[in-house]
Amino acid sequence: MNQPAALPGAPGAPTSPAARRRARAVLGLTLAVGVGLPGLLFGLIVALTPLRTVVPAGWSEGQVFLLHAVGLAVLAVVLVTFGAVVSGITVWWEMRVFARMSSRVGYNRVGAGGFLQWVADAVKLLLKEDLVPADADAVLFRAAPYFVIVGFALTFVVLPFGESLVAADLNVGVLYVLSVTALVVVGILIAGWSSNSKWSLFGGMRSAAQVISYEIPAGLAAMVPVLMAGTLSMQDMIRAQGAWPWEWNVFTNPFALVAFVVFFIAQLAEGNRTPFDLPEAESELVAGYLSEYSSFRFAIYFLVEFGNLWVMSAIAVTLFLGGWQVPFVGPEVYAAARGAPGSIPGAGWWGLQVLSMVVFVVKTLAVLNLIVWIRWTLPRIRVDQMMSLCWKYLVPFAFACFVGTLFWQLLVTAAPWAARATGYALTAGFLVTAFFFLRLTLRNVSAAGDRVDLTNW
Amino acid sequence: MAQNVRAYAAAVGTTVRSIWHGMSVTLSHLLRRPVTVQYPDRTPLPVRDTLPARYRGFLEVDPAICTGCQACERACPINCIAITLEKDPANPKQRLVTQFDIDEAKCMYCGLCVEPCPTGSIQHTREFEASSADLRTLTFRWAEKPFPVYKVAKDATYYPRAPLGSILRPMLEARRWDARGPEFLPPEPPKVTPDAPPRAPGAAGAAAPSRAAAGKEHKP
Repeated sequence: MNQPAALPGAPGAPTSPAARRRARAVLGLTLAVGVGLPGLLFGLIVALTPLRTVVPAGWSEGQVFLLHAVGLAVLAVVLVTFGAVVSGITVWWEMRVFARMSSRVGYNRVGAGGFLQWVADAVKLLLKEDLVPADADAVLFRAAPYFVIVGFALTFVVLPFGESLVAADLNVGVLYVLSVTALVVVGILIAGWSSNSKWSLFGGMRSAAQVISYEIPAGLAAMVPVLMAGTLSMQDMIRAQGAWPWEWNVFTNPFALVAFVVFFIAQLAEGNRTPFDLPEAESELVAGYLSEYSSFRFAIYFLVEFGNLWVMSAIAVTLFLGGWQVPFVGPEVYAAARGAPGSIPGAGWWGLQVLSMVVFVVKTLAVLNLIVWIRWTLPRIRVDQMMSLCWKYLVPFAFACFVGTLFWQLLVTAAPWAARATGYALTAGFLVTAFFFLRLTLRNVSAAGDRVDLTNW
Repeated sequence: MAQNVRAYAAAVGTTVRSIWHGMSVTLSHLLRRPVTVQYPDRTPLPVRDTLPARYRGFLEVDPAICTGCQACERACPINCIAITLEKDPANPKQRLVTQFDIDEAKCMYCGLCVEPCPTGSIQHTREFEASSADLRTLTFRWAEKPFPVYKVAKDATYYPRAPLGSILRPMLEARRWDARGPEFLPPEPPKVTPDAPPRAPGAAGAAAPSRAAAGKEHKP
């Protein structure tokens, strides 16, 4: 067969000027949305949060109140928008990582690297018909997503972003988080019941059983850093930790290390994440409690599920992994840069805030990736296994850690060097473990006759 | 279920070990190159060039060596080829092919039309990429411009056929994916000219309406 040699449509970079222009436009749009949108939201959080403490000179009390009320309303909108955007980007990132883990490419058609897929998905969902099943309890069916989104959005009130970047530093922060996240269960139960479908009901019941069970180890494990810091406030718990890994709660106390593992597993179960995604086990229950949902209401469940990844990671980072602490920047540095109270702080202080936010976001994204990685590694467990894991393993371990930490705090009070020595030892142990893990991974790569190659995205 | 301390510890150990190995396996896949071939954007070669030489893709007709014998039309088991021959008004001895339509949407790529072709004018290419919004786009009109039939010399052993695919590919590339295709079935009736000879019985386009008309006449 004599085919002509030169063929258009060959691989490689687009050749025609129009195609190159289009590729540049796609890349530009993707970067604008991917970097611009989260960047704008982060910037607004940095700019808005500390302004609540500013009292402009010469303003009357009513005017200051009005200013703060408007500022709080804008901040609330920014935080909820941030949750939605983060959850969308998480979907994209999770799908890309999942695809790589199963030797595929994943989203790559909408925008550069398929980044705009989450926007396309959201727009598609919003354009769907909002169906309410004929025999469903229409009022409860419509109300359920509000409980879920409220339980999700309320956690952002106490989630810290940086040294002064927190909407409200409640002195009952941890208790507040544990209680408002329980509101999500109410929404899921209502959804399961009101759908009038056996799959939804099973999903809702399973979810309720699961979340209520796992509240206990999660609460007990969360008490460990509370005992170590002597406070329930999220910000003060971070201030009680240091910037370096050997000053984090997780490494200064062997019981806290176990408590961190217990807390992490319990958080996975509370967020209905694999391996604990029994409520929406698609092989048995179609989609569990959201089988009957469509359109915007379905989108809200989806948003909460993926936005919860950020919440879970941020709480774990706050309680155990040192939060926003920046190395070499102690509280006195912040105080020096802050200037007189009530005035607008100087540029150095804003820079420090951004720096602490970067540290916090990097840690949170690292934990978030761990959750994604676990999801695409572990299979779903059975209901009886899930219950036995909770009551026979996590609860005893969490309780042992709780009691152990009480004695550990007595020891640390008598001999403060013990915490420091444990910090160094456990950090070193972590590094050694990571080394062996990476070695095993590289051996797995070479055992398959392949090499480390991060191309073909 | 763990019945004693040893079984309990073993259960914890098994969990940790299996998660350790499982996480390592998935991470190793993350670090390896996906096996996906990103068709159609990033294939090492155009896929048509990687197909076997005798792949039966879209049919291509070289009008320069088509004798207008209609053997392919008669051979087609599903009548997806329609050919109309007319006399050249300028030169009554020369016959013209005024219609040569192939409905590739209907074609079953059996190759039965290729075999009787005396000159090898109609052949399968390796082209297969012509997805479009309109099914009719898959109707290929090889006599868009009427062409004279090819006269075969008595002792001919070679027919100057254009390279396979060189006529079809520009047609495919010039086509927009959402272009409206031409109508194929029922084929256009032949132009009624007073001196036109009766159509050959193989020509489905002419035969079908006449049969229908005859059927009506016979009805009481």
